[in-house]
Amino acid sequence: MGGVDIILAVGLNGSPYYVHWGWFQISAANLAVIVLMLLVFVLAIAVPFPGRRR
Amino acid sequence: MTVTAGGSEKRSWTAAVRRAGLRVLPPEKLLPDEQPVYVASWVYVFGVLTVAALIIVIGSGVVLALKGPAWWHVSSVGLFLNSVHLWSVELFFFFMVVHLWAKFFMAAWRGRRAMTWVTGAVAFVVSIGAAFTGYLSQQNFASQWVASQAKDGLNSVGIGAFFNVLDFGQMFTWHVVLLPLGIVAVVLAHVLLVRKHGVVPPFPARDSGTAVSGDAMGERDGR
Repeated sequence: MGGVDIILAVGLNGSPYYVHWGWFQISAANLAVIVLMLLVFVLAIAVPFPGRRR
Repeated sequence: MTVTAGGSEKRSWTAAVRRAGLRVLPPEKLLPDEQPVYVASWVYVFGVLTVAALIIVIGSGVVLALKGPAWWHVSSVGLFLNSVHLWSVELFFFFMVVHLWAKFFMAAWRGRRAMTWVTGAVAFVVSIGAAFTGYLSQQNFASQWVASQAKDGLNSVGIGAFFNVLDFGQMFTWHVVLLPLGIVAVVLAHVLLVRKHGVVPPFPARDSGTAVSGDAMGERDGR
């Protein structure tokens, strides 16, 4: 799946694109939000806070 | 009201409430001007980001409620405010979930903070209800689809007669009055409890010779 296809898959204006593994099924838009939340969570722990004194 | 010669009310209920309020939450705890050093981390900003998103949600929602469905579906400003409301809700849940993960993995109920954790969990659940009734209040095909799908689930657990998702007036009232009042009340209690007990400290590092000892952390936590 190319970059444009991914953008189209998570776009909210057309028919939703679903991915599934066995019994588990999720829309690409919801999966993208969950992956983004995980990424932000990891970055919030890893990235140093400006002005931190140690 | 009893007023003494010195002008200080001693026995009135308002004075008693004020004294109790100052005892539980003195101004230096309610509006602190500094935080412990461990708060200097990005992972601690998601609570206040959630509150910021909630303020945008309520502000845009007030305008939408005043103007009505015809306005938010047709006019350009209405469509814009409708989108602001939707995306601020998306951010509200995004930040709240990251905040929830952070507080879960640092066991934020430590140090007599159980009610802080519980009010946060209740705020999350009530917010899901508010978002659901928001989808039902859109007045478009999507809301009809959501309502027709949800009615079967709610009927199957026996609450469809009291919480009728096909009744726009009932769902709209839940969405713009009852659930926002609930969220604001629970979030207010949550924030005041955070101020009362302080931000939960991180777990002590166990393998470092320079780390704070577990006993010292326990004292700091109030354990």
